Amino acid sequence: MLPGDPLARVLTIDLSAQRFEIAERRDLFEESLGGAGVAVRILEEECPRDADPLGPENPIVFAVGPLVGLFPLASKTVAMFKSPHTGNLGESHAGGRSATSIRLAGYGAIVIRGASPSPTYLVIDGDRVHFRDASALWGLQSSATVGRVLREREAGSGHRSILRIGPAGERRVSYAGVITETYRHFGRLGLGAVFGSKRLKAIVIVGRRSLPVADPVSYRRVYDALYEAATASPMMRKYHDLGTPMNVLPLNELGALPTRNLCEARFDGAAAISGEALAEGFLGRRLACSHCPVACIHLAALRTPHPKEPYFYKTSMLAYDYELIYALGSMLGMGDPTSLLLLMDEAEAQGLDAISTGVSLAWATEARERGLVSDQDLDGVRLAWGDGVAYRDAVRRIVSQPTDLYRALARGVDAAAAAYGGEDFALAFGGNEMAGYHTGPAGYLGFLVGARHSHLDNAGYAIDQKRLATGLPAADDAIIDEIVAEEEWRQVLASLVVCFFARGLYTPDVTRDALACAGIEANEARLREIGTETLQRKWAFKRHCGFDPASLRLPERIFETPSPSGTIDRSVVEAHLRQFAERTTATPP
Amino acid sequence: MAKRLSVIDVDRCVGCQLCIYACARREGHAGTEGARIDVRSAGGMRRGFVVIVCRACDDPPCARACTTGALVPRDGGGVRWAADQCTACGACREACPFGAIQRDSEDHPLVCVYCGTCARYCPHGVLALEEIERSDDAAR
Repeated sequence: MLPGDPLARVLTIDLSAQRFEIAERRDLFEESLGGAGVAVRILEEECPRDADPLGPENPIVFAVGPLVGLFPLASKTVAMFKSPHTGNLGESHAGGRSATSIRLAGYGAIVIRGASPSPTYLVIDGDRVHFRDASALWGLQSSATVGRVLREREAGSGHRSILRIGPAGERRVSYAGVITETYRHFGRLGLGAVFGSKRLKAIVIVGRRSLPVADPVSYRRVYDALYEAATASPMMRKYHDLGTPMNVLPLNELGALPTRNLCEARFDGAAAISGEALAEGFLGRRLACSHCPVACIHLAALRTPHPKEPYFYKTSMLAYDYELIYALGSMLGMGDPTSLLLLMDEAEAQGLDAISTGVSLAWATEARERGLVSDQDLDGVRLAWGDGVAYRDAVRRIVSQPTDLYRALARGVDAAAAAYGGEDFALAFGGNEMAGYHTGPAGYLGFLVGARHSHLDNAGYAIDQKRLATGLPAADDAIIDEIVAEEEWRQVLASLVVCFFARGLYTPDVTRDALACAGIEANEARLREIGTETLQRKWAFKRHCGFDPASLRLPERIFETPSPSGTIDRSVVEAHLRQFAERTTATPP
Repeated sequence: MAKRLSVIDVDRCVGCQLCIYACARREGHAGTEGARIDVRSAGGMRRGFVVIVCRACDDPPCARACTTGALVPRDGGGVRWAADQCTACGACREACPFGAIQRDSEDHPLVCVYCGTCARYCPHGVLALEEIERSDDAAR
């Protein structure tokens, strides 16, 4: 690490005592780079084993890495905490301006401890931290309004990040997210609920400092090579043109698009909600995270008439991505793009994770069809596939929680199925609702064994797709090694905090050269060691929280609906899971 | 002929800020400090972005506001900064209606040097380095 690089500075803010301190932690950053590698170590230090995820003892850790502010596409912040949704490792990544703001404010990590007695928002501006009264912001109906107010009230326009929660975080829905820059999210595993439990409404981080480089000439050379590669790569076009929704039609064609709670894997309405259709009918703007040329963020311009006032129209700009189209679209039988966008807008205003929301509502719709839940349980909302008005009503009730059923749904589909039955079609893995890939056995094994139970942990679904394309068998034992190897390498990317979309650019050699510009020596072998160690630390944390891979539940539905890799065999997935469990328990923490 | 930066298509700006990083990199470091260009949202990212560059005025108000001769009008438009004359009073920044003069950590003005580095790193065709045409200037 270079002299004068503020990366090793860790800002710890105690909300209970309204104090903060800055510590120099070169040990953490020299041994584990940053991001996920450093965050999990701070979590080990700060989080008691038996911490209540919604108690003041649960810390929030934000960490960035050495390449942020130096190179394009090093644009993510890793958040770690004990998850109120799963009760073990909570980890969520977001872009926007969060990573550059933290790094250029002069920090490698920010830790939030304790809980405020009254609603608070924080302003972090260089070495100053301000504790500001947020009681007037508490209870605002939309997360967007919080951003609008703070944007006007606080300084640093263009060089800041505004992290905030909506009503779902205040009401501690276990999958409430944190929104940054209106359109990016620490979406999964309930960071928003942890904010809410601390009465922390928002954090504004302002940063615009310089960072040293080892040698300006080689820095420019490495920068230019990365910039050229990024702008010339097919990745750039792919994510820029249609964005992640480009996946809707191919996955539907393949028969891998979960539809109506995975009763089917093809959606008859897919064309209308595809990336192509949304671009043609609605695309109004693209945005980029700071220091990323790709601009994968797609905003739909939605013009809606006022319900009463004639000739009065409202135009909203709403971000859409593949996972939202799946979870709030095909999964709920929503083939009308306007209704789908309005439903996305409601989830966004409430500050809910879209995937967990959609999967929970899909279960509830099927549970209603089967008579497991009554209209009374649903507070009169008659959930039905494709009924956008009913789904919007239900989304608001997940937050306001007027009945026992909504109180259960506010803790996710596992909690709801445990209370009302229907576990066979409750589509969560390791307690986290599934992403939109019914590709085959590797996809599901990936959800099950991923440390966050997220499709992004190891992209098992991509292994299925590769095997389909090359004619390899779907479920041989090699998929375990492939999944673990991918997840280990992704720990390196998540420690550098390079966007996973850029994984093809940041090869081990490019990464080594880029790190050398920051004065860090790390060859491929060393990087891989860091990846392995980081993943082991995550598993150790999960075990300390009582997580047991042998206890993972496999909903019958995934074995009923044929996948492109054929009908998935329960005994094969269970055998793979046993092998995986032996492997993780055999690994020392 | 003198050159200046031009925001040729602000609607294509995605807010990536690569231009800001490129300008700061000229100083031999990373980060954004020292950049002479700025990009911020136009009241929230939903509304798009404002790209703030020096438009190299023919009769620059910043130079007129400078009482110490630290900002010298350049032939063809725009200004040059003479560090040894500058008292960091901030009058030039006040005078620019675009807010195109940034400041360093000691409040000295950061004025565009019309090199076009930012435009070379704009992946979306928002910025260009243009020759200043006199008739064009008079018309604007």
